[in-house]
Amino acid sequence: MSDDGKRPPRDHGPRGGSKAESLREWLRTATYYAEEFYSARYRATIARARRDEDDLFMLLVFSEMMGVPNPASYYTMELQPLLMERFHDWHRRMGMERSPLEHFRCC
Amino acid sequence: MSAIVVLLLGLAGMAAGYFIYSRFIAERIFKLDPDFRTPAHELEDGIDYVPTNKFILWGHHFTSVAGAAPIVGPAVAVIWGWLPAFLWVIFGTIFFAGVHDAGAIWASVRNKGRSIGALTGDVVGNRARNVFMIVIFLVLLMVNAVFAVVISNLLVANPSSVVPVWGAIIVALIIGQLIYRRRINLLTVSIIGVVALYALIGIGPTVPIELPESVAGLPANSQWIILLFLYAGIASLLPVWMLLQPRDYINGLQLFIGLGLVYAAILISNPTIVAPAINTAVPEGTPSMLPLLFVTIACGAISGFHGLVSSGTTSKQINREPDVRFVGYFGAVGEGSLALAAILATTAGFATLGEWRELYSAFGQGGVNAFVEGGAAIVASGTGLSEAIAVTLLTVMAVLFAGTTMDTGIRLQRYIMQEWGTMYNIPALKSVPVATVVAVATCVALAFGAGGADGTGGMLIWPLFGTTNQLLAGLTLLVITVMLVRLARPMWFTLLPLAFLLTMTVFALLVQLRTFYEAGDWFLLVLDIVILVAAVMVLLECVGVLRKHFQEQRAAS
Repeated sequence: MSDDGKRPPRDHGPRGGSKAESLREWLRTATYYAEEFYSARYRATIARARRDEDDLFMLLVFSEMMGVPNPASYYTMELQPLLMERFHDWHRRMGMERSPLEHFRCC
Repeated sequence: MSAIVVLLLGLAGMAAGYFIYSRFIAERIFKLDPDFRTPAHELEDGIDYVPTNKFILWGHHFTSVAGAAPIVGPAVAVIWGWLPAFLWVIFGTIFFAGVHDAGAIWASVRNKGRSIGALTGDVVGNRARNVFMIVIFLVLLMVNAVFAVVISNLLVANPSSVVPVWGAIIVALIIGQLIYRRRINLLTVSIIGVVALYALIGIGPTVPIELPESVAGLPANSQWIILLFLYAGIASLLPVWMLLQPRDYINGLQLFIGLGLVYAAILISNPTIVAPAINTAVPEGTPSMLPLLFVTIACGAISGFHGLVSSGTTSKQINREPDVRFVGYFGAVGEGSLALAAILATTAGFATLGEWRELYSAFGQGGVNAFVEGGAAIVASGTGLSEAIAVTLLTVMAVLFAGTTMDTGIRLQRYIMQEWGTMYNIPALKSVPVATVVAVATCVALAFGAGGADGTGGMLIWPLFGTTNQLLAGLTLLVITVMLVRLARPMWFTLLPLAFLLTMTVFALLVQLRTFYEAGDWFLLVLDIVILVAAVMVLLECVGVLRKHFQEQRAAS
């Protein structure tokens, strides 16, 4: 979904100029507006719910490091580098100004 | 008087308001700047702050603010005749609502997208912020109670609408599943949803459902109220994508279709307005038009509720600052046109004046039922639909509006309860189920206390809701005025509406206080006093903050 807020995405391919082409174009625009109209109002709520789920996942992945035993740590360990980018935002959201892990510094 | 003439006059007035007055306000007073970096860009996070196309934003803003209130208010207020309601809606939209709505978005955009509640604290003071919280709570409480009474009355009066009204919830649930689980193209789903909804409306009259006259001593109205709150309580706990989102979407589509249908039917059938321009023979017990008119029609002329939407979500999605004019002011125009349709339906949809007077037999009677009956007569003669289907159609339109507002209202009230739980350290209130039960219980209590368990109380509480709503608008206008004063810009365009609103609100509260006292209605009397205290506090805040400013100015010069 385009977030530029300006206009719906347009087809930049060659223009046939035929009726079918312009109808398809119109349908594309209509779908874009319908989708935006459907999702825009609840985007924030749903994104927040998703972030909550992601936060729980982060906790699972990093639990062992914080002294919470995790039977799946053998597997979650592999995920840690992938989540590194989101780690800083996460620990700040959880109310920890600094990284809680001694050997895992991000700030 | 021909309805088309009134319709065109009204639309022309609002169009002039948009093209002339709003341009003046946007360019000279708010000085909207295309180069200003809006919060949607500055703080873009893909969650709250998302730059959004102005037409889509307008659609959301309009459907969020347009509920059942712009139908109910005018439908009650035409008891004084159509002309006062018409003039207040048109001039209210042009000089009050448009400026208020656009102003609330502008104030928020200029303050990093913060809500008016938070701005009240910063711009006016902490005391004003506390008043603001109380007023919001009262508005939500009343909106839920009032709409439950409205819906239950409609369901009892029009049993043919029961199937489509509850069926619409199932349609919404299915649409939600189709979109999120099956990922079916939204355009297809929308068509299926709208067709299903209208099919339900079509079969509604063949399967009317009436609740038993009395269950455990409760009449049908009260049973519906309880069922409605049970539903709203459960709905407020479901994830938004499951019910609220598809329901809102279908409602939005339905709003545009319904509004278009009513306007088209008026243009085709050109009904005559049978109600008097100014009703000189109002039923006994009807309060004086001045000041009650100005609180009976809140939404449609000016409504504080809009400020919450404007500053809560809309302002965070404004792409360019000049969009404020289109989204805010034109949103108010949209709402005004809905109120205008309600006025025409309730005054032109009847064959004779006698028929109209029969429906408006007392203050608070008539109301939405008049909208349904009158509107149905117009739609039926304009489009050729059968009367029964037209009645069902308009009932469903009104109920769905009120219903979605209740869904959101209960949810918001739960948030407030949970916040109070955290603030005053009441662990029980923090839990979602407890907070929901408390929120629902307070609303049920108010609905029964004010509406009467048998539904006879009718819409007595409606003007009280209006006063609270106007107070909220007053607080928002105060914030905008103070901001303008600090920027050394003309303040009269917001200060005069503010003064007018507060005068009418306090006046109306005093008039109602006397009515409730004489009727021995202690419940509403106490509620009235609470709102009156809030109103006086707002008034004092206004005087205080402006006086302080002028003193400082004098000292500086």
